Amino acid sequence: MKRELPMIITFVFGVFMIIQYFIPHPIVNNLAGILQSWAIIVIAFSYVLGSANILRINGEILYRRGQDWPYKLVLVLGFMLMLVTGLIGGIEQGSFANDRLFMSIYIPMSATMYATLAFFIASAAFRAFRIRTWQAALLAITAVVVMLGRVPVSQFLWKQFPDFVDWIMNVPNAVAQRGILIGAALGAIATGLKVVLGLERSYLGRD
Amino acid sequence: MSRFLSRFEKLDRRWIFLLIALAVTLPLFVDLGMSPSSTPPVRDFYNQIERLPERSLVLCSFDYDPGGKAELSPMAYAVLRHLMSKNCRVVVITLWSTGPGLVEEVVNDVCRDEFHRQYGLDYCYLGFKEGREAVMVGMGRSIRETFPRDHYQTPIGQLPIMSDVQNYSSFPLLVNISSGYPGTKEYVQYVESRFAIPLISGASAVSVPEYAAYYTSGQLRGLLTGITGAAEYETLINRKGLAMIAMGGQTMGHLIIIFFILAGNLVYFVNRRGKAR
Repeated sequence: MKRELPMIITFVFGVFMIIQYFIPHPIVNNLAGILQSWAIIVIAFSYVLGSANILRINGEILYRRGQDWPYKLVLVLGFMLMLVTGLIGGIEQGSFANDRLFMSIYIPMSATMYATLAFFIASAAFRAFRIRTWQAALLAITAVVVMLGRVPVSQFLWKQFPDFVDWIMNVPNAVAQRGILIGAALGAIATGLKVVLGLERSYLGRD
Repeated sequence: MSRFLSRFEKLDRRWIFLLIALAVTLPLFVDLGMSPSSTPPVRDFYNQIERLPERSLVLCSFDYDPGGKAELSPMAYAVLRHLMSKNCRVVVITLWSTGPGLVEEVVNDVCRDEFHRQYGLDYCYLGFKEGREAVMVGMGRSIRETFPRDHYQTPIGQLPIMSDVQNYSSFPLLVNISSGYPGTKEYVQYVESRFAIPLISGASAVSVPEYAAYYTSGQLRGLLTGITGAAEYETLINRKGLAMIAMGGQTMGHLIIIFFILAGNLVYFVNRRGKAR
């Protein structure tokens, strides 16, 4: 029953959630609402599980002074500091956790990590963006045109340049994106049905 | 010449880093006068808000983290300024766990400090709720059940602005500022057509190629693309903000990258021809 019970639950609730979409009746809607609230609670609990897992895995490494233990120590201390200050003092504007830890430390560090992308993109553009085939040429030309069209200076070259870039985004790009989106949606439906029907069981784990 | 090209091909990447650093920082101190003209998706975004009657209640979902702050915060500021100047009321939420502090700062800066609006009457901030798509769909059933308290733990029932709010049908417009998942794509898939609420979006430039398909299909009634879209929008609302200031750096950064793409390929072709001989 260790595997069968979760599969039965998945099947019953999965089929119900598909059917309820097509039955606009208050009883069915209310029941679907309750199940959606359960989903929110379960997802919220996954944070608790994830936090406990972080502490367990990194705690073990710290205990036996494993590889990169100083980094794990920083992670655990940072995690505990945010958790404790947030629980005690709250996370609203004016609180220590928000003003000192989140706004003054986390945001600048996170934004810096993201900003370094610009440097690596420029370096990669110089070293790796080589036009070796006609497809690469097409990609390079489009990239240059779109990058140029996304900044105001392009209007000095041709007044309609931003509109031309808009056309590239809304016609050739959108056509390709629609194909990808439809393909991905069909794949998601197929995977969802396989999970509901018990054909896809990887979510149950190996035990 | 060939020696120069050979050396140029092996250019130390720290020179490239230095050039990019100068290109994006210097324009912050020197105004290059970069003012973009507005494109149709941005004009549509602007018009959706412009058409709202006074005191309309608008739902804003600002879903981004510190990584997206530089691109999306200017949009959030501009949207709230536009809504406040139209005397609209706003309910703000965030679905990103690292978003609450960022969004609270924007809401307080604009609604409280800039426009001196009253919390709970003219605007409210419901904060963060975990659950992603489940929260989006849950709000279609009941916003009170999905967000029983606001960010400051005040029960929703005590906020006058929320007195008539049931679900999405209580709002004439949903504004989403999105840095990825969960965000615009999920609002289109789970909310826009199912609950029949007009949706406009501002997204990071890297996400927009995907969202363009939703704009052309009419599922998105307006679309802002990255910092350029925010700058175009600021031009339309006639309020110079962070996006307009950043346009100089953005322009120079793009030009430097274009230069390196062209220079890299020029050197590659010349060297290849030399080797073939």
